[in-house]
Parts: sequence; structure tokens; C-alpha cells
Amino acid sequence: MSILVNKDSKVIFQGFTGQHATFHAQEAIRMGTQVVGGVTPGKGGQTHIDRPVFDTVKDAVEQTGADVSVVFVPPAFTADAVMEAIDGGIKVIVVITDGVPVQDMVRVKRYLIGHDTIIIGPNTAGVITPEACKVGIMPAHIYVPGRIGVVSRSGTLNYEAVEQMSELGLGISTSISIGGDPVNGCDFLTLMKQFAEDDETDAVLMIGEIGGSQEVEAATWARDHMDKPLIGFIAGATAPPGRTMGHAGAIISGEDDTAQAKMKRLAELDVHVVQNAAEIGRTVQQSLERQECVA
Amino acid sequence: MNIHEYQTKDLFRHYKIPVPEGRMAHSANKALTAAEQLGGEGWVVKAQIHAGGRGKAGGVLLAKQLDEVREHAEKLIGSHLVTKQTGEQGRMVNRVLVEQMQDIKAEYYLGLVINRANQRITLIASAAGGMDIEEVAAKSPDKVINEVVDPAVGLQDFQCRKVAAGIGLSGKQINMAARIMKRLYRCFRDKDALMAEINPLVTTGDGQFLALDAKMSFDGNALFRQPEIADQRDFDEEDPKEVEASGHDLNYIALDGSVGCIVNGAGLAMATMDAISLYGGRPANFLDVGGGASPEKIANAFRIVLEDPNVKVLMLNIYAGINRCDWIAEGIVKAVSDLEVNVPIVVRLAGTNLEEGRKILADSGLQYIHADRLSDAAEKSVKALAGGAA
Repeated sequence: MSILVNKDSKVIFQGFTGQHATFHAQEAIRMGTQVVGGVTPGKGGQTHIDRPVFDTVKDAVEQTGADVSVVFVPPAFTADAVMEAIDGGIKVIVVITDGVPVQDMVRVKRYLIGHDTIIIGPNTAGVITPEACKVGIMPAHIYVPGRIGVVSRSGTLNYEAVEQMSELGLGISTSISIGGDPVNGCDFLTLMKQFAEDDETDAVLMIGEIGGSQEVEAATWARDHMDKPLIGFIAGATAPPGRTMGHAGAIISGEDDTAQAKMKRLAELDVHVVQNAAEIGRTVQQSLERQECVA
Repeated sequence: MNIHEYQTKDLFRHYKIPVPEGRMAHSANKALTAAEQLGGEGWVVKAQIHAGGRGKAGGVLLAKQLDEVREHAEKLIGSHLVTKQTGEQGRMVNRVLVEQMQDIKAEYYLGLVINRANQRITLIASAAGGMDIEEVAAKSPDKVINEVVDPAVGLQDFQCRKVAAGIGLSGKQINMAARIMKRLYRCFRDKDALMAEINPLVTTGDGQFLALDAKMSFDGNALFRQPEIADQRDFDEEDPKEVEASGHDLNYIALDGSVGCIVNGAGLAMATMDAISLYGGRPANFLDVGGGASPEKIANAFRIVLEDPNVKVLMLNIYAGINRCDWIAEGIVKAVSDLEVNVPIVVRLAGTNLEEGRKILADSGLQYIHADRLSDAAEKSVKALAGGAA
């Protein structure tokens, strides 16, 4: 199964004809992703990398049956593009753009209510179901198919963890980076629920960071509702309080925001907590072995 | 991005939020002139720095005589004010705000934030004004009122009246306070703020409300459409190296350890710092080179990290996705040839164009410590620190 995207997903790129969108659409196609076209207002009717360009998301959906969109438009226009995708009936919107104003995302989240759509990002490396669908900027070759679900804030820390798992022969069902912004499209909890129901996912790795309480919320739900091992890591144990650590949302605003406090809470919620990022792969492996012993 | 109290109060005036009469001054003489122009029977001289906690730290001084205004300003301007938010080294005071002293009857708290839990703008109010609102919320949560704003319709009048009544106001004061809340919300929304705080909002002897203190911070991602806010940025309040780094599109934060770090991605950068610490070292900085880092950008990152005299080892940890290891390697070679590098360099590269990157490093004849993994890189950095480089 996998979650969010699979080999049947029909993908469009918004901001299709831009340099980055073009490169990453080509990469996605190379991995077998069904990229069915793209949207660049004013360039409708043209062809770009052998795919049709549309003026609106509505046109693209009607003519291609697209259900997933990857947004590469600049920050000033991102909220509008995301709402257009929601209105157009896209089911999964992956917002790669970094630097989207927070209040724009507050409005987008309000607009989202009542729509059956999931937004991943902004400021995300995206989503990948290995060898089936890549909607993001991650290096595809390190993602080997398998049965571990990964959800992280950071992109590069996601790569780090995935590589460690690959070396131990552990593959990925689906991997998602939700992005580092304080108001983001999709939280850890929403994805935890999907992984819990996915029969191709045996364990979930959650890679969080300082700031906010999303990791604890997801772990609390998982303890009560999910019978798969949950492995957790929180980045930022050495981050000074009150400073924004690269990601707009990565800031210690109170005692509960620290990596230490979050890891402690996660451990109390039966999460296999990784203290050292270099040990993520091994901890996932051990938690699976322990699961087998119990079963 | 933060601005000063006097700037926030100017913004408040524009939105018709009542504030005390005041003037900003760069010198003791100007402070005196300001007090003379303001008139009245007493004045407050307030140090203008971005950090909070000024009152308790001696940064807000009362003057009954004009002479005292000058003395206070003289004492504050040019001094380093240490508050609980500045750290030990304190913050240099370059200017003061001189205001008329007010006849205060009651103090309240009023604030707006973007609440991460509900992802909406939330109005916060309390009858416990003049205190640290986080402490109030922790000790007696019943004293703090939260009212969530629906972004589709904005903050409504009834919500403001409900909050005003909730902090114990009555009669005419309910509408007066509600108007202030509404105006603060408009200002917050119009200017892409992340936080606005009036602490305290006071009532005076003649029954008026005044924003006695004022604090706002703004969304750095929205400055492209807020030029008048961006113009008010005070670079003196920021670490000059962080400013320089941001000019090169690098995200740098100075810390007090000895292992200099150059990493791509904020999450991996934090995790790398944490790993260094677990192996017994201490990171000298956070540095995220971001995506698509050119050789020049890497060379700039080297220079900025190595300017810190505490750096005894330099560690690069790059997991290239959108980046390219060959560009990173070119940047390393360029940096080492341009700069005088006297500390061991530990390099861990992974991801896109790894082989090309390794070849560039090998062909350059550069002396460096190779690491395959994050654990390796952290461990070898700490070993190199102890003089065991090999």
C-alpha cells in the first residue's frame, strides 16, 4: 500500500516551467513517477519536457486526472497556488517552497477545512514511496523499498536516517518530510494515523526537533492506537533557547520545547528514543527484533 | 525580526492605539530636551534594546527632576544592559525613550501570537499585567484568557468584549479595551507580525487606557511585502557575524564550543551538533549552508566559522540531495587555498555526486580527516580536538 503516494499517483508540478521544477520533474520521471503535466499561468497549451502545460490546476485535473501536485512557485505566490490546488480537487499537495509567510499558511489552513486534501510542507523535501512515486527533492537512489515508514521535519536528517537503515537492509514504505515551518500543512499525528493503517508499514520512525508539541501529540496517539514500533529522535539538544535554528519553527520558547524534555516525554509514551542521530538505523533494527521476540 | 519599543509605539500611534507621549534620544542632552518638550512633573527614561526584562535590570528609570533625566540617560546610553534575556555580556544601549510619567490605576496584559497548537492567531489577555505572562500562565492558568481568531472573518467585536469582561473590566472600559484589541489585531495582521505584546496596558487616573510598554516581532519571511518594517531593522542589535552570514545566504548562530560546524539542512545541522556533544565535544556554531550551495558559498562558510578564535577543529557534514558533493569539494579546496587554515578539517560527504566530490578532494592533495558516517565525523572531530588527529 504505502501512504499518500504510490505508482498510480498522477502528479502535476505547479510552477512547472521554472528551473528547479523542471529538474525535479525529470528526476521524478526517471524514478518511474507518473508526471502527467504541469501548471504555469500564461503558458497553457505549450509542452514542457514532453508534458502538457496548463494555465490552471482545474484544467490540469480535468484533462489529466492529476491527484497530486508539487508546488515550486515563489513564496509570495505560494498560498494562492496551494489554494488553487485545493479548489482544483488535488488530494496531496507537496509544497517545496521555503520562506512562505506564516500568516499566509494560517489562511491556507482555514481554507483547507471541509476539503479532502493533505498538504505536506511548506519548506519540505517532500514525499517518496521508493520506486513508485517521488514528489520532492530528495536523492531517490538512497530510498530502497521496504516496510519502515519515516516522517521527519528535516529533509537532510531524513536522508541521514534512511541511509543508516539501508546499510542494515531496512527499506522504506513511504518517507515524508513535513517541513520546518511553525504553521505547516500536515502534522506528525495525521501521518501517524495513516502509517498505523498501512499494511505495508511495520514500524514508524519519527524524526522531530525542538519547538512545538507535534511529536508528543503523535506519540500519545500511537501509544493508545498503534501496535507497530515507534522510533523517535528529536534534534536540537545543544540548541540555545530563544534562537531560531534554521527552521522557522525550530525554537525553544519554553521548557517543554527542549529536545531533552521532548525525548523524555516520548520515552514515557513507549517510543524507542534515539539519543544519538548516528544510531537511528540501529535503533530501528533493534526495535524490530524486539517486536519479533514478543510476537 | 524585532523592532524597538519606540518604533512599536510609533506604529501603535498610526493604528490609534493610545501610548504615552514620548521622544527617542541618542544622547543625554537630547533626552533632557525631550523631557523639557514633553513637560509634566515626572519622566521615565527607558533603555531601547530588543531584549525584554529591562525593568528588573535597571533599564527603566524614573525621574522627578529634569536633571535626573539627563543623569539617567547618561548612565544608560553607552552602557551594557544585562537582562535575563541578553545573556551575560548584555546588550549595548544606543538610545533611550523618554516618556511622561503616568498616574497608573490598574495594569493588564494584552497580547497576540500565532499559536502553534491551533495554528491560528490567538488573543491573550490577563488582569495580571506587568508580569511575565508565561510565568502567570504556568502558575495560575485561570488568570490568562485565550481567544482564538478565525482567519476567515478576523477578530470580532464580541470576542474583544468577552475578553475585556473576562479580565474584570466593566462599563465604558469594556468598549474602550475592545477597541484597542481590535486595533492591535489589525496592526498584527497588516504587518505580518508573529507576536505583539502590550505589557502592561494600564488605566490612568483619568480613566484612559495606555499601552505603557509595547513589543512586536515580525515574520522574516514576509519582509518582502513589508518594506517599512524591514527598514526599521537595527543591525546593532544583531551579532555582526550572523548578519554577515545572512548576507551570504548562510544561516549561522554562534555558540561557545570549539568544534566549528558546516552542515546542510537545519535538522541535520542540529543533529550534528548534538552528536558532537555526545562524543564529548562542544559545537562552536550552528551553520546551515542550505540547498544548492556553490563553491563560493562553502568558502564563505569556512571563513565565517574560522573567524571564531575558539574553533579548534572544523567539521563538514554534507548530505547532498539538492546539493552536489563536487561543488562542496570545490568550495573546500578553494577555501583552504584562499584562507590560512590552521585547524584540522574533518569532512563527511554523502549523497549526490559523492564520487566526483571525493576525487576533487583526493586530487587536491588537501590534508583532511575523512569520515564516512555521521558517527565517524563526530568522533573524529572530538579526537582531533584532543590532539589525536590522524
